[in-house]
Formats: sequence, structure tokens, C-alpha cells
Amino acid sequence: MKNSIKIKQAFSVDRTTFQDIFFIPILAISLAISLGLLLLLLTGESYQTALTALIALFVGSFGSVSALSETLTAATPLIFAALGIAIGFRAGLFNIGAEGQIIVGGLAAVIIGFSVELPLMLHLTLMLSVGAAFGAGYAFISGWLKAFTGAHEVITTIMLNLIAFRLLDFFLRLPFIQKEGRNDPISKSVLDTAELPRLLVLIDPNLRIHAGFLLAILAVILVYWIIFHTTIGFEFRMVGTNLNAAKYAGVNSSLTIVLAMSAAGLCAGLAGASQISGVLGRATSGFSAGIGFDAIAVALLGRAHPIGVLFSGILFGALVAGGREMQVSAGVSLDLITVIQALIIIFVAAPILVKSIFPWFFGKK
Amino acid sequence: MKLNTILKLASGAFAGLLLATVNSANAFTACQVTDLGGVDDKSFNETAWKGVQDAVAKHGIDSKILESKDGTDYEPHLNSMVGAGCDIIVAVGFLMGEATQKAAEANPDSMFTIIDFAYNPTIPNVLGQVFATDQAAFLAGYVSAGVSKTGIVGTFGGINIPPVTGFMDGFAWGVSHYNKVKGKNVQVLGWDPAAKEGLFTNNFDSLDDGRAFAQNLYDEGADIVMPVAGPVGLGSASLADELGSDKLKIIGVDGDWTVTDPARKGVYLTSVMKNMDATTLSVIEMAKSGNFSGGLTVGTLENGGVGIAPYHELSSSVSSDLASEVEALRKGIISGSIKMN
Repeated sequence: MKNSIKIKQAFSVDRTTFQDIFFIPILAISLAISLGLLLLLLTGESYQTALTALIALFVGSFGSVSALSETLTAATPLIFAALGIAIGFRAGLFNIGAEGQIIVGGLAAVIIGFSVELPLMLHLTLMLSVGAAFGAGYAFISGWLKAFTGAHEVITTIMLNLIAFRLLDFFLRLPFIQKEGRNDPISKSVLDTAELPRLLVLIDPNLRIHAGFLLAILAVILVYWIIFHTTIGFEFRMVGTNLNAAKYAGVNSSLTIVLAMSAAGLCAGLAGASQISGVLGRATSGFSAGIGFDAIAVALLGRAHPIGVLFSGILFGALVAGGREMQVSAGVSLDLITVIQALIIIFVAAPILVKSIFPWFFGKK
Repeated sequence: MKLNTILKLASGAFAGLLLATVNSANAFTACQVTDLGGVDDKSFNETAWKGVQDAVAKHGIDSKILESKDGTDYEPHLNSMVGAGCDIIVAVGFLMGEATQKAAEANPDSMFTIIDFAYNPTIPNVLGQVFATDQAAFLAGYVSAGVSKTGIVGTFGGINIPPVTGFMDGFAWGVSHYNKVKGKNVQVLGWDPAAKEGLFTNNFDSLDDGRAFAQNLYDEGADIVMPVAGPVGLGSASLADELGSDKLKIIGVDGDWTVTDPARKGVYLTSVMKNMDATTLSVIEMAKSGNFSGGLTVGTLENGGVGIAPYHELSSSVSSDLASEVEALRKGIISGSIKMN
């Protein structure tokens, strides 16, 4: 109990919120997985297949070093992007544009990655910063539109996503960027000095976990500090809680909205850059792979709290890695994982539903 | 019921299930990683998977499959298959070229075969399977030019990569061969083999795009369309199905679409077949019997690696003269007496 008290203090929340933060996601996950398996049985699979699938989900995500490495590799860009979305949530902004910001940041990063020659650390730093800056710049557009014209950020970010997809296709075909000898949209490969080092190559060269994960943890700490221990973070939260009250209290709400949106884009841009630098090595037309949309779910599941985002990001990474193993060893379609993810979101978004299914986990109010 | 009893029953059942799920790991296992579009694309991935399934049926081996949703999946999927103890790994698709090379070099003891990619120099544990689809598409182009009433035929592709544009090249060359022989002027929309530019959906999964692209070509006057984008073409086929095959006919690719998509069999004039199932089966057999070696196999009209499907439902629209001309062309290409471009 001592530990949990400490955790409670760290989160500075009361008992009911504590239950909300810990029990609801865990129960939501269990419910979602159970329903997913039930669905599997309903489609005519045998109970053995369902059980193999369940075991594979765990073994494939946490059951070995390579499984863990895959989980964390998949979690890294999700954590970055979801941190950005969490910042947005705190400031009352619903940023659907992480996907576009990932694309723009990743594209800028890949260009720095293959076109500039610098020593390792410098090159990496430059590439990641440029990726972050471009992601921030792309999100700035939505922030500015929201603050100064009142255009709703949900609309503008969705539209900017569509523009980013086409921009990517266009840029990847420019001779300066396109890989030599190819006609399809694919960029040149980044130089070795622009690759985030893989952490466990000494154990096994197939292990893909890279230094980006460490950066993601740093980002979690930094965002936590900004949101809860700085003036600007306080202003984000004020604007998010009650815009009018914030204005009355003297907060420059326009500036705060622009800043929050840009910070969100910065994180998404980092997600794109670290994915290019640590995993892909080049950009192709689908390199963002829906990370920006999954990250919305990650941020929701993490309750827009940096620590929550860290864990929910790892959970979603585990679903990716475990889902792959499910497909390999149980022959279950990867689509089931998508269903489970969606169910998790539904249950997290409907806490009262979870509470009414498992009343005995929650104290009376 | 008492909670205890339930728990006991549950844990007993659980243990029993655990034991039951332990597989015999000794069997030879062939594994496939599909490209974008899914294994049920009635086309590219499905044809290759059929080769694996044929091997399962014939030799009683085990099989595993991983479907790629996007390009970022290739590397981890291939690694997973190595980790799952696969004896041979079938990588389906040109786009997987670099990921397969990486996996093969990191795991020199595993055997790989990749469709549509030729390594230069070759890798000792990878067998590339490439196909002269332009030869078969040439025949389809010729037959389309002969059947078209509007004098306009069309094609579009998924992505501008050689395994896709090979089809489109052959198709366009076949049409121009027809024009040369007959003194006609049948036009090809959607692909210029000289400039290497044309119509592309930039994906391998949107049936809506398949419908829209076919609609555009139809609006421009084309009455026969060859979609080279896996399942995307099924969208084109449903448009043709609604319009009626007298207004729009479809040329299938990779497999015989009249067979794989019987619901719309009335719209397929023919299919440009790339018999990946046969080559994949034979590669698996080589691996199983210990005769595997890296390098390259090329499927041609001559060795049956590529070909065109029967005209099936629409055979009445292909005159017997045209059919025999196509047959003569086939022989001419095999003997080398006919130059395609």
C-alpha cells in the first residue's frame, strides 16, 4: 500500500481519480481482449485457436527480449505523437493532425538525413531538430487559424493531413529526393550518421529497439514538467479548463493556443523523425502508417497524462508486436487486433460503462 | 456454485488447453509475408499464397502467413518469420526487396525467396522470382485492340514500379503491334511506355479508386481496361458489371480472375497470368528436398511462368481469326521471331 500511496502523491489525485486512472484502463483492456476472443470464437475458430492467440498476444509482446524490443520499437513513435496530442488536450485542443505533422516532420528529417554530411551526434541532432521544427511549423498553421480566425482545429488538422499525404507523394518524386533508379515515390536512404543507434545489436542484430525510445522517455519527463510545473503549462491547462476564466485572469489565450498546437506538432514531428532515423531509414508514401491516428487513442487511454501516455504507448506497441505473433502462431488475422484496440478505446471513453460492469472495483461516490 | 470450485475447474481447463496448444515443431514450414493489399486480394498475394497452400496439400508441410498493412511492416514481419522457425520464407513483392536482403544477410542460414525482385549480385540464400509479364500482357493488348469497338483501350497501375509497369508496357506494345499489322489506330490510355508515365492509384487496396479510375477511362471512350493494382481492379470490375460487358470489359492480372472472382465472371475478357503459385510451389519443393540455391528464376511464356487466361464467358466476342492470331503471336514471342517493341 505504501507504494500506491506514493504513486497517488506523485499524481496528486484523490481516491476516485486514482481508481479512474488505474482501474478503468486495466478493466477496459481485459474487457476488450475478452470480447475480441469471443468474437474469434463466434467466427468459428476453435477454443484452442483462441487460447493460442491469447498466449501469442502476451508472448509476442513481452515474452522474450526480441518481443520486448518490438513492443518498445512500435511504442516509440506512438509515445512521441501521443505526448503532443496530450498537450493539445490539456489546452482544450483536439489535434487530429498528428499524422500530417509526422509526415511533414519525417519528410524534413529524411532530407537532412541524406543531403547533409556531418559527424554522428551533430547530424542526428540536426535531423531530429529539423523534423521537430517542421512538425511544429505545420501544426502552427492550425493553431494560428484557430486563434486568429476561429477556424476549428479538428477541421483544419484533418484537412492539413490530406494535404500532407499529397505533399509527401509530390516531394518523394522530386529528383533531388527520389531514390535513384526508381519511379515510385521513395526517398533516398539517410546516411549512417543520421541513424539513431540500435541499443541491443550486440545481443542480436535483428533487435530493432533504438535510442529513440530513450528520447521518448526523456520527452515524457519534459512534457510532465512543462504541463505541471511551468507557467506556460499552467496557462495551457487554464485555457483548456475554461477559456473565459483564463482570459479574465489575464492569460493571452491566442498565444497559448498557438503555442500548445505548435508544441503538439513538435512532438509529432519528432515521432516522424525518430521513425525515419531509427527504423525506416527512408521515406515512402505510407511511412506514417497511421501512427498519428493511433496516437489519439494512446493519448485518450493515457488520460492526457504524460506518464499515462508512456504506459498506454507501450500497451499499443505490445498490441502491434503481440498481434504479429498472433498472426504467426495462431493464424489469426491482424484485423482482430484493430478490433481489440477499438474496443479498448470505447471502454476507456465510456468509464461509466466499465464501472457498471465491474461495480465492486469502485468506491461509492 | 462455490467460487473455489469455479477457480479449480477453470485452472484445470486452462492447463489442459495449454498442453493441447503445444504444436509438433518438427514439420517443414513454409512462411509467407504478403505485400500490401492482403492475402485475399484475388490477385498478387493470393496467387503466391496458393503456391504455399498447394505445397501444404501436396507435401503435408506447415504454413504461416503475415499480412503487411504498410511498408513499415516488412522488416519486423520477416524477422518474426525467422524467429518462428520457418524453413523457407516467401517474400511477396518488389517493395520488400531491401527488407528481404537485410533479413537474408542477417540470417544466412534461413532460406528466402522473393517475388518480383532480382538481386545483382545475387544473394546465396535468396532465390528471386521474376516474370516476363510483358510477354503475356502483349497478347492481352493485341486481343483487346482486336475486340475494342471504340478503338480506345485503357490501363492503370498501383505504383510506378517495374513489376507493375511490365504489364502496362506489354499491353501498350501489344496494341501498337495490332495497329502496325492491321493498319488501325487503336489508342491506349493510361500508360506511355516510352515516357514511363501513366495513371497510378498510388495504393494497392482502394476499390473505390479502382472504380473511379475505370470510370475516367470509360468516360474517355475506353471499352476495355486492364487494372494492374491487385484488388483495386475489383472496383473496376464492379463498374463493368453494372455497365454491362458490352460497354466495359476488364483484363485481370496475376491470376485468372474469372476463376478467382466468379461473381463477376461476365466482365473478364481474359487475364494476364503470372503463375507465382507454380513457381512458389517448386521453390518450396526445392527447399524441402535440399536442392535450394539462391539466384534467379524467370517466368516466361515459354516455360509457362506467364500466360493469358482463356476468354471464358466472353469468348464469343473474340473472333476465331483473332484467337488464332494471338496463338501465333505467342509462338512468335517464344521463338523470338516477334519483337515486342
